[in-house]
Amino acid sequence: MKARFLIAGALAALSLATTAQAHRQWMLPSSTTLSGDDSWVTVDAAISNDVFYFEHFPMGTENVVVTEPDGAAGKIENAAKGRYRSTFDVHLTKPGTYRIANVSTGVMGSYTLNGKQERLPRGTTKDKLASVIPAGATNVQTAEMASRNEIFVTLGAPSTTIFKPTGVGIELVPVTHPNDLVSGEAATFQFLLDGKPAAGLKITVIPGGIRYRDALGQIDLTADKDGKATITWPQPGMYWLNATLGGGREGGPGGEGGPGGPGAKAGEGTPPAPRPQAPAGPPQRRASYITTLEVLAP
Amino acid sequence: MQISHRLLLTGTAALGAAGTAAAPATAQTLNVSVAIPRLSVAEYHRPYVAIWVEKEGAAPRSLAVWYDYDKAKGEGTKWLRDVRQWWRASGRALTFPVDGVSGATRAPGDQKIAFTAGKGPLGTLAPGNYTLLVEAAREVGGREVVRLPFSWPPKPGATVRAAGSSELGAVALSFGK
Repeated sequence: MKARFLIAGALAALSLATTAQAHRQWMLPSSTTLSGDDSWVTVDAAISNDVFYFEHFPMGTENVVVTEPDGAAGKIENAAKGRYRSTFDVHLTKPGTYRIANVSTGVMGSYTLNGKQERLPRGTTKDKLASVIPAGATNVQTAEMASRNEIFVTLGAPSTTIFKPTGVGIELVPVTHPNDLVSGEAATFQFLLDGKPAAGLKITVIPGGIRYRDALGQIDLTADKDGKATITWPQPGMYWLNATLGGGREGGPGGEGGPGGPGAKAGEGTPPAPRPQAPAGPPQRRASYITTLEVLAP
Repeated sequence: MQISHRLLLTGTAALGAAGTAAAPATAQTLNVSVAIPRLSVAEYHRPYVAIWVEKEGAAPRSLAVWYDYDKAKGEGTKWLRDVRQWWRASGRALTFPVDGVSGATRAPGDQKIAFTAGKGPLGTLAPGNYTLLVEAAREVGGREVVRLPFSWPPKPGATVRAAGSSELGAVALSFGK
């Protein structure tokens, strides 16, 4: 019984790790600032250790959704999956800012039935929750998860129609437009969690080109009470931005630098505790946000 | 119907007033001279060049953009964003071609262009301190921007000079009547 419990815990941890970016997921557009009436961007999409090198696994593009500047649904074209990266194109025909997003939401958790702990099947969604928990189940523990990996590209002048929040997971609202970033200037973004300002959210920003330098060059930010965070771009280039809540990952509670995690100050928040083999309490709300930002030279 | 008619009249009247007030017989001109360097490179294309004026607190004004404006399907506009400071300041808000602003690329040598106050892309300038910017971006080449500060109305006989070091040579701004 004890052994089985440990295995269940280990399996749970394993599946958490795969869904919570054991590596870094990213989309890299060929360009973010475009001119003309009709243009194309091609996007590389991968999951890797170093940004932006495709070296590990291609990102699935089946769920990539394009939103055109007027809010209409666009599409990806010429999608292909290679050994290390996926690639696809987006045809830009309307002036303004496009969103290219890979969003997933779901529910994870477990219950006990006949003395045995069972996990919710993969791909469980909130509306299907009632149907996957059998009658007689006890000790039901569920947590919602939402991940969003999105990029923005602009034909002509930047526009803001597509930034209307959905109210699910972590979202970025521009104070500075994400396609109007210049080295040496400060940019401010507001982050929302389920539609409300994500006060205290930890955000990490890593400049691309990791392979050719020793230091990671990571920039750590914390959102203020309004969910806003400001960054001054040290140099031009592509940047990978990530914010993760829950799951004991970078910046999340129990994770590196998060409350109760390694690097948290003593007496601040919950005391550091050994990582439990299985969730000790109800699983935490999990949400992650990723974007790739292009910073131009002045 | 009547409302739109009236609006139209007002618009025309305003334009006419601005034109007559600011363009008297002795209209002030901005004479710009831009040296495009002759470069010894394996693959040479004439640079895209943008000329515009900025004033603190006012919207930048594009005066001239030299690019492949006559390519089929407007394909020449694809690279306008590479004239990146101008693109951010003014270009991205425009629809191409821009009447009186769009023009063909120019060959190496001293290129001259003049703008008249109260007319065309320069329009009427309020008194104050301005900067004329000239930016060049070359296909498979580099990019450079040169700034020439001036005050308006200009001092008689004033000439502002600056020079680039790679994609632009000497750039001069003088004033005439």
